[in-house]
Amino acid sequence: MSEPRSGEHPVLETHDLTIRFGGHVAVNRVSCAFGPGTLTAIVGPNGAGKTTYFNLISGQLSATGGTVKLFGEDVTSLSAPQRTRRGMGRAFQLTNLFPRLSVLENVRLAVQSHAAMGLNLFSVWSSHVELIERAEHYLHRVKLADRRDALASALAHGDQRKLEVAILLALDPDLFMFDEPTAGMSVDEVPVILELIHEIKNQGDKTILLVEHKMDVVRSLADRIIVLHQGELVADGEPAVVIASPIVQQAYLGLAGHE
Amino acid sequence: MQRLLSGDYPRSRVLGIVLVLILAGLALAPFVFPGTRSLNVAAKICVFILLVASYDLLLGYTGIVSFAHTMFFGLGAYGIGIAATRLGPTWSGLAVGSLAALALSALLSLAIGLLSLRVKTIFFAMITLAVASFFAILASQLSWLTGGEDGLTYKLPELLLPGTKLLEAPLLGVVISGRIVSYYIVFAGALCLFLALLRVVNSPFGRVLQAIRENDFRAEAIGYRSVVYRSAANCLSALAATAAGILYAVWLRYVGPDTTLSLDIMIDILLMVVIGGMGTLYGAVIGATLFVIAQNYLQDLMKLASDAAAGIPLLPSLVHPDRWLLWLGILFVLSVYHFPAGIVGRLRGNK
Repeated sequence: MSEPRSGEHPVLETHDLTIRFGGHVAVNRVSCAFGPGTLTAIVGPNGAGKTTYFNLISGQLSATGGTVKLFGEDVTSLSAPQRTRRGMGRAFQLTNLFPRLSVLENVRLAVQSHAAMGLNLFSVWSSHVELIERAEHYLHRVKLADRRDALASALAHGDQRKLEVAILLALDPDLFMFDEPTAGMSVDEVPVILELIHEIKNQGDKTILLVEHKMDVVRSLADRIIVLHQGELVADGEPAVVIASPIVQQAYLGLAGHE
Repeated sequence: MQRLLSGDYPRSRVLGIVLVLILAGLALAPFVFPGTRSLNVAAKICVFILLVASYDLLLGYTGIVSFAHTMFFGLGAYGIGIAATRLGPTWSGLAVGSLAALALSALLSLAIGLLSLRVKTIFFAMITLAVASFFAILASQLSWLTGGEDGLTYKLPELLLPGTKLLEAPLLGVVISGRIVSYYIVFAGALCLFLALLRVVNSPFGRVLQAIRENDFRAEAIGYRSVVYRSAANCLSALAATAAGILYAVWLRYVGPDTTLSLDIMIDILLMVVIGGMGTLYGAVIGATLFVIAQNYLQDLMKLASDAAAGIPLLPSLVHPDRWLLWLGILFVLSVYHFPAGIVGRLRGNK
């Protein structure tokens, strides 16, 4: 069940990944592998451990047990920035920006990190025109180019979500992790983000993990669904099969009236 | 100009004019404001601009609260003082003292940084306060080395002594003595290092510091290891403060706990940063200049006012020169209240 779908080596693997907060096991021995060019949706009721699972993968939390492997290499002991530099990228569920920096600067910082220029002390930042141009390119892709000079804190919620995605794009990762990217967005803004995720998927070599509550979004994008319930992996497979399975109907879809 | 200022323009006409005036005033101080006292004030302004700017790199740009800045300032000054006392008034002695002080500062700041920059801001502040107090006590106790509370008075190479005349005839009515040479060493040193700091805060590195200040969690998530950047900023800031201490010791030819290590100076630095405007190095220029001038001339001004108000009840005693600290305090409270973003922030029109 945890084998990658194709014969290729998985990009990301978790083996018995576990975290305990006191007596509460938030993620319990989750083993799963994700191959290149796949989009896996992670679903489950609120509190099922989806975001915690993401935090364990991207290194915001340290696992109590188990391992995380990226391209076959054990990264469990590495910090979040080290994992980012090895190709993980993360967009957060709660918007998490640099509020008093400009929209462009938010993205430019991610471009600069990807270019490994952070410790450059003696050049003027604005002389690195190529970094600025690439940041503008990503802003363009999320349709925020006209707000480039605004402060991130001045953006409307939907635009902040787009900026969150632009930062993720700017890291140019091999593994994209979207944590409810469309939460709180107005109906007409959602397609911009979904279109982007679609484009990334169509590149064919990127691995995408998507936590999403909206089942129509999951159906249209995912080629695999895994279900977490009370920290455990309870179902894994083709979207149609998983959604139809009794355990999912009971554990998630039956309980969650909202979409 | 663009390269010199690292693309960081004043972005306000008034600010630009004030900065040019300060620069011109300091550059021509020996000629425009002759006299021992005004030259002392000018040299102190130069040193404190550098010191406050280096503190702003920590507080304003990186969001680190440190109380150990005077310790690094003191290390530089004591480096010169001890070297000049032990090795004699030679250039090589000064070089040895400076290099030893810079090396010690680098080691110490890296050690403090790597050990304690992982913890929360307030704990880091406490640790720096403890280490700084320890050094202040050390300096007053090791009297065989540091001169204790009395400090050290020492000679410098002949070129820098007041008795040395470089030109036979006075230039523009000013005798070109070793004092003038010392002043220009202080001025040039402070100017170069200030421009270097300006480059650092406008470099890709400086941009990461601001990102860490804004949201260190997110900075880590996009690949910047904040402990590395914080430690580097802490170390650079310490080195610049040490350099300021070196310049100050060259100017004063005296070093003691009260001129460099005391907590009073730490508080002065904090005030200068806040009044000038945090997160902009031009704020350091404005803050340090205003503060040092107020410190030195407010009393004179009040004496004038007091004399002028003679005969009016109550007023003369309110503005009596002995009350100058009261008025300085009121000025600070007012300026912090009315310019929360500092004078530079106000001039640039942010909030």
